[in-house]
Amino acid sequence: MHVLRHAPHGTIYSYEGVEMILIMATYEQDISVVFIGDGVYALKKGQDTSAIGTKGFAKTFKAFDGYDVEKLYVDQLSLEERGLREDDLVVDIEVVSSGKIGELMHEQDVIIHH
Amino acid sequence: MNIGILVKEGPYNHQASDTAYMFAVAAIKRGHRVDAVFLYNDGVLNVTKLMDPPQDDRHISSRWAQFSLKHNTRIYACVVASKRRGISDDIVIEGADITGLGTFTEIATRNDRLLTFG
Repeated sequence: MHVLRHAPHGTIYSYEGVEMILIMATYEQDISVVFIGDGVYALKKGQDTSAIGTKGFAKTFKAFDGYDVEKLYVDQLSLEERGLREDDLVVDIEVVSSGKIGELMHEQDVIIHH
Repeated sequence: MNIGILVKEGPYNHQASDTAYMFAVAAIKRGHRVDAVFLYNDGVLNVTKLMDPPQDDRHISSRWAQFSLKHNTRIYACVVASKRRGISDDIVIEGADITGLGTFTEIATRNDRLLTFG
């Protein structure tokens, strides 16, 4: 399981996290991705990074299913705290409670946070 | 217990590398085995030979080199993260290799625990 917890721009954590997810997916791992805290902003529609000179990667999430990365979860509370709703997000994603994320984490062999 | 270590922050700027090092030493002292250390994000900067801190400070890359030699633990830096930051084969310490995330996938899955620092 990969956990994205930082805002998409400002630091490279989420960007390099996504790079790692895509590469690990080619090694036939059972991958899930969880967005918590400011990590949920990575999913927001309508991002435009042209003025800050960095590569936007929101569209990459749409390509995840092509890599068999299909277990995507977003923390409901993190969305609510930031005034975001499911239809603000670039992909269809399962909105789950923090408790459910805890349960999912408990089932994992490996958790990598970004 | 077999342990893999992931370091995601660079030297000096962040405590992660120091904590990872101290953890690794303590784990081995307790009889555990540190299988490998993998460096990602700014973590790849921990193995450059070019760092030259003041003499009264710890030398973080030399310390990792000595650790690797003493415990026969390889240190791997992600190639994509390394290229981005100017880390190449000719400037990395003894005991470190630049490698792909396939290596990391193996480290993460073959050990009893993966511990992330940073």
